[in-house]
Amino acid sequence: MEPSLRTIQDKVSAGGRLSEEDALALFLSRDIHAVGELADLANRRVNGDRVYFIVNRHINPTNICVNRCKFCAFSKGREEPLAYTMTMDEILSRAEEARLQNATELHIVGGLHPDLPFDFYLRMLRALRERFPEMHIQAFTAVEIDYFSQMTGLPLEEVIRQMKDAGLGSLPGGGAEIFAPEIRNRICPEKITGDRWLEIMEAVHNAGLRSNATMLYGHVETLASRVDHMRRLRDLQDRTGGFQSFIPLAFHPKNTEISKGYTSGLTDLLTLAVGRIYLDNFRHVKSFWIMVGPKVAQVSLHFGVNDIDGTVVEERITHAAGARTGQEMTVAELVTLIRQAGRIPVERDTLYNVVREWPEGSA
Amino acid sequence: MTPSAPWRDGLERAAEGQASVGDAALLLREAPLFDLGRAADGVRRRLHPDGVVTYIVDRNINYTNVCTCQCSFCAFFREKGDPGAYVLSDAELSRKIEETLEAGGTQVLLQGGLHPEWDLADAVRLTRVVKRHPVRLHGFSPPEIWHFANRSGVTIAEAISRLKGAGLDSIPGGGAEILDDAVRARISPRKITWEQWAAVMREAHRQGLPTSATMMFGSVESPEHVASHLVRIRELQEETNGFTSFIPWTFQPGDTPLSRDPRFGETLPSGLGHAVGYLRVLAVARLLLQNVRTVQVSWVTMGAKVAQLGLFFGGNDFGSTMMEENVVASAGVAFRMSEEEIVATIRDAGFRPMQREAHRCST
Repeated sequence: MEPSLRTIQDKVSAGGRLSEEDALALFLSRDIHAVGELADLANRRVNGDRVYFIVNRHINPTNICVNRCKFCAFSKGREEPLAYTMTMDEILSRAEEARLQNATELHIVGGLHPDLPFDFYLRMLRALRERFPEMHIQAFTAVEIDYFSQMTGLPLEEVIRQMKDAGLGSLPGGGAEIFAPEIRNRICPEKITGDRWLEIMEAVHNAGLRSNATMLYGHVETLASRVDHMRRLRDLQDRTGGFQSFIPLAFHPKNTEISKGYTSGLTDLLTLAVGRIYLDNFRHVKSFWIMVGPKVAQVSLHFGVNDIDGTVVEERITHAAGARTGQEMTVAELVTLIRQAGRIPVERDTLYNVVREWPEGSA
Repeated sequence: MTPSAPWRDGLERAAEGQASVGDAALLLREAPLFDLGRAADGVRRRLHPDGVVTYIVDRNINYTNVCTCQCSFCAFFREKGDPGAYVLSDAELSRKIEETLEAGGTQVLLQGGLHPEWDLADAVRLTRVVKRHPVRLHGFSPPEIWHFANRSGVTIAEAISRLKGAGLDSIPGGGAEILDDAVRARISPRKITWEQWAAVMREAHRQGLPTSATMMFGSVESPEHVASHLVRIRELQEETNGFTSFIPWTFQPGDTPLSRDPRFGETLPSGLGHAVGYLRVLAVARLLLQNVRTVQVSWVTMGAKVAQLGLFFGGNDFGSTMMEENVVASAGVAFRMSEEEIVATIRDAGFRPMQREAHRCST
């Protein structure tokens, strides 16, 4: 074993905390068996053999966005041919489809639309909660929350309070990208800063809402900036405990302004594994099968991952950037994928309550 | 895991090149993924201490899809007269080779269905067409050679000798599927038996023609069948030393009669026919086949990401650029890789890419 890994192994075995140097050493290691084992140990100590998935449906109400992040192939100007904005009916009918599929979660994120008033989003939340009280609404990245606050002139806390009252259940973790300003300025100069993203998440957690945290990797970031990103997440999590899962997102190059290839399998697995080992105060690490593909998602269950997201059904953002996966996996496919890896599939709801376990031999 | 877990003894024997069928089956079923990977990586390092991972620039040409064998795992074959049935003309074959050479290719992999009207004279004719060009010919798997010999009423030795005389350089190891007649009776009842397959290879090796060996797993076989397949290859290699490489890949169920067979239904792919299973099989193959120099990863069936991970589970060859691939593609799988992508993927994993058979043959 590489000597730096031995020190890290001792820390992990003793339940100790990794330094940023340790995290960097893990990223640089090519002893993937040792890194995988450490991540697996850290994961199974907390989650055992259980691997979670969710029956959910993504809804992206609009792709019109005032920002033009260079890694994004989804965002469009109002007049562009592929620009769209769903009507309230279109949103509700997608939610109705989700209900018919026994979904427990609606996952709603969209562009920063120049004209849609804050009230549109509040009405959407109220309508969804009223019609579909059984489904949890996980919606709006920190970037959208900031935008609503700017748009209305309301303080952050007030925006969050009104949305929570209207039915918002929790927040996804998008918009985090990479916090380090020198990278962030190159890939999304118009987007809120990393500090602001963290400030909003802190306010969200303080308002009693949980959220996830993401990290976009595989573009122009450095390994040190990935570690810096995770350090800031770990610090905030120490203060609030409000993050549920860490979700590294693999950059997809097609139709974007960043000229890079797709991420490699090794990069995907190392990023997930380092996330698991370094973020010792995050209970869940999720590999989003839409991004890494079902095969790497399956292998990642041995590299510290305990969640593979869900059925999704309709995915526009990553597919605009050339995702090579489908947009939907059935429950049977998710269950099989987890079982084949030798783990126990557990359907969860958004807040990680067990909906149903699928022990060996069950249908 | 106690130190005395039975798989540990099996792994020790495997590392020494002494694993029995029982040992290999136990490893496939029970050994932890990373223990297998580390042991296989050790064998790979010993055989290839320079960290080189090879690949080849070649084209896969299928001269016909008309086939009397009609294996239930295959979505490629047609009956003569079927709408999609085709036979390449000599001119088309020549054109494809010209394109291959223009693209920097050095080899043609030529295989096809068992055409009911073709005999050895046709195979010799195809060989001569190919060898009019300065290119290596890797062609005619054992079932094809058996078919041609049979149709012409000559011995296998005679058939191989005439193909070799016409310029055949080496023989691909296809048609091995699982080298067990009970499995073959279920998935390829009309194909030659495992001993016929071995007889063709033995004769090819005796005449100095190198060959590869393959294995298609993840259909109806058990880990014991996979284990026995590996041991049979190992024993044949001890006798002839003519196998240059071993190439395992997984059954692709899309649009095959086997996947439509209600007896199997949704249980396919079962057993080891998934990403984690693939890495386990690759590792056990590397451990068992220490007398075969090269183990090739299969990006065609696994995708670039899992193929790259395979380099840490015993693989030391990335296969070929293919240029066209018809057989797996007919089962709905369409991964693509250019030479640049192959090179970048090998480098990303920390290995040194090297093109093999880089020099064209003289005519």
